Amino acid sequence: MSELREAKPKQTVAARRALLVYRHALATRVTHWINVLCVAVLLLSGLQIFNAHPALYWGQAGADPEKAVLEMGADASASEAPTGFVRLGAHRFNTTGFLGISRAADGEMIERGFPAWATLPSWRDLALGRRWHFFFAWIFVANLLAYFAAGLANGHLWRDLLPSFKELRPKALLRDAVDHLKLRFASGERPRRYNPLQKLAYLAVVLVLLPAMVLTGLAMSPGIDAAFPWLPGAFGGRQSARTIHFISASLILFFIAVHLAMVLLAGPWNELRAMITGRFAISKEAVDEQP
Amino acid sequence: MSSLKLPRRKFLILGAASLGGMLSGCDRLSEAPSFEEFLSSAEWLTYRAQRLIGGRISLAREFAPSDVSPVFKVNGTTMPGSEDYAALRENNFADWRLKVEGLVAKPLELSLADLRNLPQRTQITRHDCVEGWSAIGKWQGVPLSAVLQRAELLPAARFIMFHCADALEQSLDGTGQYYESIDLIDAFHPQTILAHSLNGAPLSVGHGAPLRLRVERQLGYKQAKYIMRIEAVATFSAIGRGKGGYWEDRGYEWYAGI
Repeated sequence: MSELREAKPKQTVAARRALLVYRHALATRVTHWINVLCVAVLLLSGLQIFNAHPALYWGQAGADPEKAVLEMGADASASEAPTGFVRLGAHRFNTTGFLGISRAADGEMIERGFPAWATLPSWRDLALGRRWHFFFAWIFVANLLAYFAAGLANGHLWRDLLPSFKELRPKALLRDAVDHLKLRFASGERPRRYNPLQKLAYLAVVLVLLPAMVLTGLAMSPGIDAAFPWLPGAFGGRQSARTIHFISASLILFFIAVHLAMVLLAGPWNELRAMITGRFAISKEAVDEQP
Repeated sequence: MSSLKLPRRKFLILGAASLGGMLSGCDRLSEAPSFEEFLSSAEWLTYRAQRLIGGRISLAREFAPSDVSPVFKVNGTTMPGSEDYAALRENNFADWRLKVEGLVAKPLELSLADLRNLPQRTQITRHDCVEGWSAIGKWQGVPLSAVLQRAELLPAARFIMFHCADALEQSLDGTGQYYESIDLIDAFHPQTILAHSLNGAPLSVGHGAPLRLRVERQLGYKQAKYIMRIEAVATFSAIGRGKGGYWEDRGYEWYAGI
């Protein structure tokens, strides 16, 4: 903490309320919002596609849900109302109403992996889900490539996202983790830069999770597999690639949840303005309010 | 931690409202045929890109006998309902003839024995269903190219159609009948075979007896079962509902390489 306090803000001199600093380059902002649109559509249409066979396997092949690593379904019984379940390995969970069986738009309980509100389109339509998925997958890939090109050209990737050795010291990371857990947000000059955990989270998303989505997605394509026979093997087989595709998407969803929570807690309007106009307000008072 | 302040609450409400609006908006877009057509433009890009990368030469991976799935899942039609098919099945397809016609110089009629006397190819490949599952099987059959070379394609031929014995949907106009089509690049691909055997035994009815297509660089619904007639055409716009296949007529991609 001492280090934090010592770094006296230099530019807050007369700015009582806020000092607007230029935080996000145009390329970062444009690619961020295109990515928001693409990831939203890809997640929702992806769950539509998953629902066509709500089971995950390991290896090249797999077609029998009972032998799957993860399985969603519904148990029908003559006497009682059917229950939805998720089976992960040997563990079974009752997920009635959410997974396995859930309410359709007309209020009727129907058997389906993910519920209507989590899929695109909301009704069961694999063909249309695939149309949405592959259209936005193309935009997603083009946008990701544009982001990398701009990030390398303007230095965003290594200047803003790459943590320094100092930041990676266990003590620094631990302190940053404690700051996050106590919801102690950066003050003064520091929000100009990302904090170490923030850098690592963003890097993990743009360098690992997003490319993993593309590669595992391509590994499921029989046409691509013929051109690059090593690709599905690199993930342990086509069905493993499908499973990793699902896990990676889940991690992206987890990132989005934390990311949105952080935006909400750190000051949503300021964060939102920064990602739209590029200008982020540094406010000394707001900082002092924090416990 | 202080309780959520007004701006945050407003932000949350706005966020939730716009999310809900987006979801119902997506559903409305999904219902518009013109928007579906717009989304479908990506298929052309995928087709072009995959043909550019894989072209004519890339081969689907062939597996070892030990990789063969213990059970090869049966999907789609499990038993064609027509009386004609029942009669053919009754005497083990001895009366079945594969018709090869359309834009060919020499129309053919081939029995199962004729097909077994043509060059044979055996391949252990992975079958990828559009639903998401996969199964590995050993297929034996005649390369489609061998049949087409004997029939001598006319220069106008652009696609090979497969007309099948099964109907997945009962309809008066015949659009419920299963059919498929592929381009000439896939038709002459070395792994594209008319398979009569799976895992060393003649095809079971569930797997498409007596003959099914294997076009290994595409998804399962392209692997037409119960083939009765092969037709070389310049365009398939007048066949079925014009999209080149039973599932294509129902919204699925004609190019099923992904």
